[in-house]
Amino acid sequence: MIKAVMVMNTQGKPRLTKFYEFLDFWCVVLCSRAENVSNFMEADSIFGPDSRLVYKHYATLYFVFVFDSSENELAMLDLIQVFVETLDKCFRNVCELDIVFNYSKLHTILDEIIFGGQVLETSSAEVMKARISLKLYRISYQNSFWLEE
Amino acid sequence: MGSQGGIGQSKEFLDLVKSIGEARSKAEEDRIVLGEIETLKRRLVEPGIPKRKMKEYIIRLVYIEMLGHDASFGYIHAVKMTHDDSLFLKRTGYLAVTLFLNEDHDLIILIVNTIQKDLKSDNFLIVCAALNAVCKLINEETIPAVLPQVVELLGHQKEAVRKKAIMALHRFHQKSPSSVSHLVSNFRKRLCDNDPGVMGATLCPLLDLINRDVSSFKDLVVSFVSILKQVAEHRLPKTYDYHQLPAPFIQIRLLKILALLGSGDKQASEQMYMVVGDIFRKCDSSSNIGNAVLYQCVCCVSSIHPNPKLLESAADVIARFLKSDSHNLKYLGIDALGRLIKLSPEIAEQHQLAVIDCLEDPDDTLKRKTFELLHKMTKSSNVEVIVDRMIDYMISINDNHYKTDIVSRCVELAEQFAPSNQWFIQTMNRVFEHAGDLVNIKVAHNLMHLIAEGFGEDDDTEYTHLRSSAVDSYLRIIGAPKLPSVFLQVICWVLGEYGTADGKYSASYITGKLCDVAEAYSNDETVKAYAVTALMKIYACEMAAGRTVDILPECQTLIEELSASHSTDLQQRAYELQAVIALDAQTVENILPSDASSKEIEIDKNLPFLNDHVERAIEKGAQPYIPESERSGFSSASYLNRQDLYEVPPSHGLRFEAYELPKQPSVPLTTPPVSIGSSNELIPVPEPTYNRGTQAAVSLPSSSNAGPAEVKLRLDGVQKRWGRPTYSSSSASTSAAASQDTVNGVTPPDGATTVTPAISKGRETTYEPTRKTQQAVEISPEKQKLAASLFGGSSKQERKSSLGGGHKTAAKPTGGHAVEAPAKKMAAPVQQPPPPDLLDLGEMTVATTGPLIDPFKQLEGLLDSVELASSTKNHVDVSAAKGPDAMAFYGDSATTVEQGGHHFSSIDDVDNLMSGLSSATTDASSGGGIPTSQLTTQNSKGPNLKDALQKDALVRQMGVNPSSQNPNLFKDLLG
Repeated sequence: MIKAVMVMNTQGKPRLTKFYEFLDFWCVVLCSRAENVSNFMEADSIFGPDSRLVYKHYATLYFVFVFDSSENELAMLDLIQVFVETLDKCFRNVCELDIVFNYSKLHTILDEIIFGGQVLETSSAEVMKARISLKLYRISYQNSFWLEE
Repeated sequence: MGSQGGIGQSKEFLDLVKSIGEARSKAEEDRIVLGEIETLKRRLVEPGIPKRKMKEYIIRLVYIEMLGHDASFGYIHAVKMTHDDSLFLKRTGYLAVTLFLNEDHDLIILIVNTIQKDLKSDNFLIVCAALNAVCKLINEETIPAVLPQVVELLGHQKEAVRKKAIMALHRFHQKSPSSVSHLVSNFRKRLCDNDPGVMGATLCPLLDLINRDVSSFKDLVVSFVSILKQVAEHRLPKTYDYHQLPAPFIQIRLLKILALLGSGDKQASEQMYMVVGDIFRKCDSSSNIGNAVLYQCVCCVSSIHPNPKLLESAADVIARFLKSDSHNLKYLGIDALGRLIKLSPEIAEQHQLAVIDCLEDPDDTLKRKTFELLHKMTKSSNVEVIVDRMIDYMISINDNHYKTDIVSRCVELAEQFAPSNQWFIQTMNRVFEHAGDLVNIKVAHNLMHLIAEGFGEDDDTEYTHLRSSAVDSYLRIIGAPKLPSVFLQVICWVLGEYGTADGKYSASYITGKLCDVAEAYSNDETVKAYAVTALMKIYACEMAAGRTVDILPECQTLIEELSASHSTDLQQRAYELQAVIALDAQTVENILPSDASSKEIEIDKNLPFLNDHVERAIEKGAQPYIPESERSGFSSASYLNRQDLYEVPPSHGLRFEAYELPKQPSVPLTTPPVSIGSSNELIPVPEPTYNRGTQAAVSLPSSSNAGPAEVKLRLDGVQKRWGRPTYSSSSASTSAAASQDTVNGVTPPDGATTVTPAISKGRETTYEPTRKTQQAVEISPEKQKLAASLFGGSSKQERKSSLGGGHKTAAKPTGGHAVEAPAKKMAAPVQQPPPPDLLDLGEMTVATTGPLIDPFKQLEGLLDSVELASSTKNHVDVSAAKGPDAMAFYGDSATTVEQGGHHFSSIDDVDNLMSGLSSATTDASSGGGIPTSQLTTQNSKGPNLKDALQKDALVRQMGVNPSSQNPNLFKDLLG
């Protein structure tokens, strides 16, 4: 199962963290890893036994997934890709700033993809559908919503 | 509220994010966040906050929490927000609580009601939000509160809801399997859902369920196979394609399920061959995800009943992975190789050079994975090379966590496959020298045991040779600076026992060295104690041999210094040493016989020789002896009672429920059995009616624990307290291997001696031909040599098949044997290659059935006996009590080694106990040491910081006008 998802920038500032299992740790530093090495790390020492970590580096951001041995590492790497592709669809050319200011949206997207530590949905179109339905709802609801204030 | 960044937020929030982004140091960031916390604390208590404002505050709280600060003051507001009617506020509330709270938080109870209501909502978006929260926040106790609604939602018309309801049930199953055990049929039903997303989600709980109990899902094999077939044939909607591959994640999950269902089941496996073969053929190996599916196929193939065709395809895939430039693929290739090697060992040889490349790769992850693989394929023919490599690597890394891991692996391999004692001792020396603090103390005791006992059946000359070579090596090492304490203990012990045994070194030389050690490590009392005891043994040995003992001046100083030591243990040792020196040769010979460390001491625990004395004393009117436990048990029981009485205030009135029985205080329990009846007679009880119950409770455990049964207790407790769990398995496997060994018809005594020549021969013979086959590729001879030694005998098989005649003659004499043996070993995964009798295996079997000693009981017994201050009793208890550290590993045989031939060497064991304790604490601190290792990694990141800052600045620039293209961002994504 997937234990945690983190997005952080190259300075180690967290941009998004979501834990599906309680982990008592904090900062991982990936910047020290060279460019051409594998994207997998064993993370027992940080996250407790049977933990692996997959990261992917996009510009200034690291996307990190922590999971246990029941998951396929390469598939996890692609799950990061799914996540990022979806973000890209959502924000049109996503950049760090989008993530900083919209991380509640990020959480929504992530909730569609990973649910309770399991991969729920991997089709980014489906994920977007969920978002669009939310948006449609919002539009139809908007008037009353603003009135509430 | 558009989708573009930052429009919905206030300027305040933007400023916060910006200032944190620009913070130059962690301290500055902290300062900003603390300021923000103060602001929010103030704002949140203001009356009549508009809801939109509130939403933003909550988001800011989440942000603070993400940065690692405590935002608990605002949790209640997040909880309140979940009660809101507006979907958006509700969602924000749910998001915040799922991020803030864990399932045991007190506030959960305030949310359950809301969740219940929301699960019934007409708006499916609200239901989804509630299901999200259910997944994260519902714990075992609150499952029943929401279970009916969640089950109902399985039939919801929206697939998004069905999907999440399935996952919520899965979560319940993970938390408390019994709560949803009656709902398994629902999962089966959902497998046939029209929506592929729901079907895919159902696979998650099914995978879990099948993992627990394979047999009850065998009927689903057909369904899974047909689903997988349909998926692979592009029958799913196009939206599920990912990089032109149909629903790869569903395929992967199905393959995992099939691997479980087909494991050890030929019939089920046969149904899968077709579809797995299809995937092998169809899968696109150019994309990342395609390879992920292929890797999963290999995993599946290695798990189900073997099929030659599929194995071949799997081998092809592995070959491609290993040859790839991508480290990710190499990593998977190594992993897959490790899985497949059990089924077809010959495939490793095809890839030997690739494996060695990975071993030398700068990528740490890959290296570690390769060591894992090597660990799996270690046999007695290549153990030297592999362990050597591992130690080299171990020396080169700083990560203590992994170091410990690799050390325990080295030790395990060395103990299991050591070709010779000599090699074992040298290897252990290296391990101790570089990672002594990380080695389990038992390993040290095992090493001493080995040096003391050898293999048990070797002849004496070999023994002596072994010992003197050990002494030689230790005398060489001893001068090195900063040796680990455990290693020094071993050195001192060996020098004490065997330093002068072969007459090569004079007593004064050895004692001088020992004094140096005691001086150089004057902070380490354990080492000092070992050194003093070693001194005593050497002097005793000298005296027994009739030589005069001339104590070196520095020894004299040391002894004097120690007899004034703050440590009573050291003091006692020093005084004992002085006392022993003053005795005559005959007595010394009796109390400290030379080379008797492995002789068993027979102990009569009843101390019959004292009976006369006791009887006489009783006749004279002395009180009979009341065992300690009875005495203190009573006193503490009555004390507890009294306390109970005091604690209950008189105004409290009646109390209807029974008082809890007082807990058994930690009283020493090592006493002869005494029946309850007699204890009642002996002790006058002031309030018999009230106290009887508690008395019984107190004295019952002691009587059941006392007596002979008490000595033989659970070994499991010992391991948990004193050792790493791996040891139990390793000892078990060795003993298993032992029986295997005899079954194979190899007689244990020969095993060790015959192995060595076989290796060297194997190496020579394989070396040449390997080069022949590889000549065209031009590979450095060292690598080839390494390959030859790693893949040893079995590489000949490959050569045989590839070269045909040619070198056959060269390979013949050893080849036939060497090839066959590893093949046999690989065939059965449980089977271990013949053990080199490192442990005395005859005794190993005894050890499992033999008396098992609970360390704590004994520790107590030890203290107990010290109180008694009877030196004989002391000896008895002490030597019996030494068990815990060594016990777990070699059980009975340990008693033999450590029990020490001498009266005083048994005091060593007290010390072992102590050091066992301290090693337990160092274990704990090495657990705590993780942060330090993190720190170091953090430091190592240093140089990159500036670079990173620039990058960050760059991205911020990019972010200002998001419409501008960022060429660096996601280029591999979209390209």
